[in-house]
Amino acid sequence: MRILICISNVPDTTTKVKFSTDNTSFDDGGVQWIINPWDELALTRAMELKEDASNPVSNVTVVTVGSPAAEPTLRKALAIGADDAIRVDAVSTDAHFVASQLAAVAANGDFGVVLCGIESSDYNGSAVGGMISEIMGIPSVSAVSEFKFDGGEVVLSRDIDGGKEEVSVPAPFVAIVQKGIAKEPRIAAMRGIMMARKKPLQVVPAADAESFTAYQAFAMPEPKAPCKMVDADNVKELVNLLQNEAKVL
Amino acid sequence: MEEKKLITGGEFLVKETSPDDIFIPEELDEEQRMIGESCKDFLETEVFPVVDRIDAQEEGLMRSLLEKSGELGLLGITIPEEYDGFGQNFITAMYSSEVLGAGYSYAVAYSCHTGIGTLPILYYGNEEQRAKYVSKLATGELIGAYCLTEPGAGSDANSGTTKAVLSEDGKHYIVNGAKMWITNAGFADVFTVFAKIDNDRVLSAFILERDYEGITFNPEEKKLGIKGSSTRQVFFNDVKVPVENMLGKRGEGFRIALNILHMGRIKLGANVIGSAKKAIDQSVQYANERKQFNCLISQFGAIKHKLAEQVIQTFATECSVYRASKALDNAITHSVANGDDKGRDTMEAFNQFAVEAAAMKVFGSEALDYVVDEGVQIHGGMGYSAEMFIDKGYRDSRINRIFEGTNEINRLLLVDSVLKKGAKKVLPVMELAEKAFEEVKAMNGIPAPAEGWIEEKDQYVANQKKVVLMLLKAASEKFNRTLVTEQEILSNISDCIIQVYVAESVVLRLKKMEAMKGEEACKIYRDMADVFVYDAAARIAKFARDATYSFAYGEVRDLLEKGINNFTWVAGVNVKEARRRIADQLIDENKYCF
Ligand SMILES: Cc1cc2nc3c(=O)[nH]c(=O)nc-3n(C[C@H](O)[C@H](O)[C@H](O)COP(=O)(O)OP(=O)(O)OC[C@H]3O[C@@H](n4cnc5c(N)ncnc54)[C@H](O)[C@@H]3O)c2cc1C
Ligand SMILES: Cc1cc2nc3c(=O)[nH]c(=O)nc-3n(C[C@H](O)[C@H](O)[C@H](O)COP(=O)(O)OP(=O)(O)OC[C@H]3O[C@@H](n4cnc5c(N)ncnc54)[C@H](O)[C@@H]3O)c2cc1C
Repeated sequence: MRILICISNVPDTTTKVKFSTDNTSFDDGGVQWIINPWDELALTRAMELKEDASNPVSNVTVVTVGSPAAEPTLRKALAIGADDAIRVDAVSTDAHFVASQLAAVAANGDFGVVLCGIESSDYNGSAVGGMISEIMGIPSVSAVSEFKFDGGEVVLSRDIDGGKEEVSVPAPFVAIVQKGIAKEPRIAAMRGIMMARKKPLQVVPAADAESFTAYQAFAMPEPKAPCKMVDADNVKELVNLLQNEAKVL
Repeated sequence: MEEKKLITGGEFLVKETSPDDIFIPEELDEEQRMIGESCKDFLETEVFPVVDRIDAQEEGLMRSLLEKSGELGLLGITIPEEYDGFGQNFITAMYSSEVLGAGYSYAVAYSCHTGIGTLPILYYGNEEQRAKYVSKLATGELIGAYCLTEPGAGSDANSGTTKAVLSEDGKHYIVNGAKMWITNAGFADVFTVFAKIDNDRVLSAFILERDYEGITFNPEEKKLGIKGSSTRQVFFNDVKVPVENMLGKRGEGFRIALNILHMGRIKLGANVIGSAKKAIDQSVQYANERKQFNCLISQFGAIKHKLAEQVIQTFATECSVYRASKALDNAITHSVANGDDKGRDTMEAFNQFAVEAAAMKVFGSEALDYVVDEGVQIHGGMGYSAEMFIDKGYRDSRINRIFEGTNEINRLLLVDSVLKKGAKKVLPVMELAEKAFEEVKAMNGIPAPAEGWIEEKDQYVANQKKVVLMLLKAASEKFNRTLVTEQEILSNISDCIIQVYVAESVVLRLKKMEAMKGEEACKIYRDMADVFVYDAAARIAKFARDATYSFAYGEVRDLLEKGINNFTWVAGVNVKEARRRIADQLIDENKYCF
């Protein structure tokens, strides 16, 4: 079975988010890019499955929709252990566009499983995985926190309120994974880093697909007003502030 | 072509360096960055969560961390592939040392193992020794330690009394003696031990294995900092060491020890950058949270000054360390290509760069001490509390001025190397000094500043070098053979040399960065260079005057004084505003971002 992992290239979680002066696009100057954390866990789980010879996993491919600037992130995935990588050469514009690209790649490659993260840590759309399954007309299972094989059959677990749910699903399918799918992301080992440059990274042109949405503007949360200190015995002033400034009384 | 371009150690004092010949961190390639990320990930997932347990020296923990590093290949980054390493160049080694340098005690254990614990065998071992030990050291199956220091032989390492005597059957050396302050001693398997054979006046080196009979250990030393690193006294009681475990030739030990230390010193320069960046992150994050007088303390000018100066010192260290690394990388490649013993040829390259290595060791360790000290200060009372990490950084920093040769020893060694290279005519020190004296004689006031920001900085640095050269010449002529006893003067000159090297490195980095990114994108770096060069000029002037007034009289004194006045002059800089801009960027990003 071949596994395809959809990798979203996202800014490091400690990045200080800035927008262009007209607030319509994200300013990526000085940003450190990483593999979307959920996608990284999906990759880790796929590697674990592949390394256990009793599982029927033959190949792990990673794919991203993005510009050449996303390639270091793909090579990182190769260093962690993926066998090959595909970059769909397009700027990702909206979830439908991205999902269409990924569905095209998935349909092309005889993949038994398509793994997606539950959301991307930048745009938090939580949309791509479901859309891929819809476009391909294959099943999808969301919020997957466990992925194993039982006698060649896939068994997925989902966390539900107060417990767990086990699901079996015929391949090919889309699994949208969440935390728990793997314990900790793997650190790229030196050997993997050295091997990554020799592994195939294929660039494919974007398929025709529509974007349904377009961002109009971004807005930062209002900065918190500085707190005011009122002397403990100056009750009058406190009441005054609460009434006239905070307007809560 | 290659030949002509090769920079030699100490050459910076007598020649201009081209920005093309230096390396700056902006040039790290994708693979190097990925290696750096793995090092960082390792610290974040494996080391930082257990720092307290490391400091409590939990049984087996440090060793298991080193083994895990080995599994990831981090112990073999520069080890050749034939010994299960990854054959990366020296710059990559330095970069990974920088990143891992933030790892408190783990960083010390790591550096000890990969540096002094492994490299003597890699570089000086014969084929059998390398085959037997190096692969296992590179993968972490074996852990290494280095035993030079003795209770009675610290700075004067060659005075050690550990003895090795050939057994009657000629099959073993019987080793007796005691070593002190041995890092990783608690769990290391392989020890490079320096001892004197019979009545030799110089050391030889041996490879000892932990389970050889007769090796015993004292309990762990109780230390001021790096509490999690293992440091013990090691005793050798009639230890039978197979003759084939002698490392290098008889009597070659001291040379091995020194060359390994040259390498260790420059690596220490890389280590401190990682620690400093971490301490800066902690400082700015605290300053961005803590309010006093109804105001974040990061908004106070006095705090901004500290934050900015932490950044400047760290940035300056980084400029110099990577500059030296590239020169070394080239020298290693050249030396290996032209020699027949890869190990010894590599070490010869390190020997060549003794001046730069000592400069980086001294400047880097003192820069870090500044950074962590102000880090504590920015934290106020919380800085003095063991609750925050900054106190650990503060305590852990202090060792860097002591080991790998104390900073005093390194300052003296630095000038000594320059003088020797001058005497051997490797560097035209005296000739250029003579010229500088002539120039001063003919001078009429401060030289007109050159046009242009870069050109002005070039001029300052070139002039500061003249002060150094004049001092070297005047002091040598005055004291001749007794100059070695004038340590105060030698240390002054050494400090001038260090400041010049670092100032020039900052300017070179600026040149290269601006060529890469354009002037506009490098404005904040110009601020750093402005402040650093301005400060360096004042420091050089002070050190140079201290030296001058300590020995010079009459015409020489007048000329030196005039030279110092004219050659260390720099245009005024609004350091307050420059530092504020640097601090503001740091405060805005809330982490080291330069
Ligand atoms: C640099 C940049 C510029 C952008 N500009 C625009 C813009 O101008 N207009 C606009 O509307 N949107 C823009 N986007 C957002 C883009 O549309 C989203 O990345 C896309 O919609 C998917 O994000 P999501 O949050 O919906 O994904 P989610 O549905 O939250 O992601 C779930 C999973 O889908 C997969 N996935 C998501 N994205 C990708 C991808 N690109 N490649 C491979 N797998 C993926 C991953 O497995 C991920 O875990 C931009 C994004 C980036 C990174
Ligand atoms: C935590 C720790 C780990 C260490 N790890 C190792 C290790 O793994 N292997 C190893 O072999 N060693 C190790 N050392 C030893 C270390 O290298 C020595 O402590 C160092 O070289 C100084 O020697 P000393 O302690 O004997 O000090 P001394 O040599 O006694 O120095 C005392 C003071 O006198 C000064 N001084 C000495 N000689 C001169 C001189 N000629 N001119 C001017 N000033 C002078 C020194 O600068 C210093 O300030 C370690 C030390 C520590 C504390």
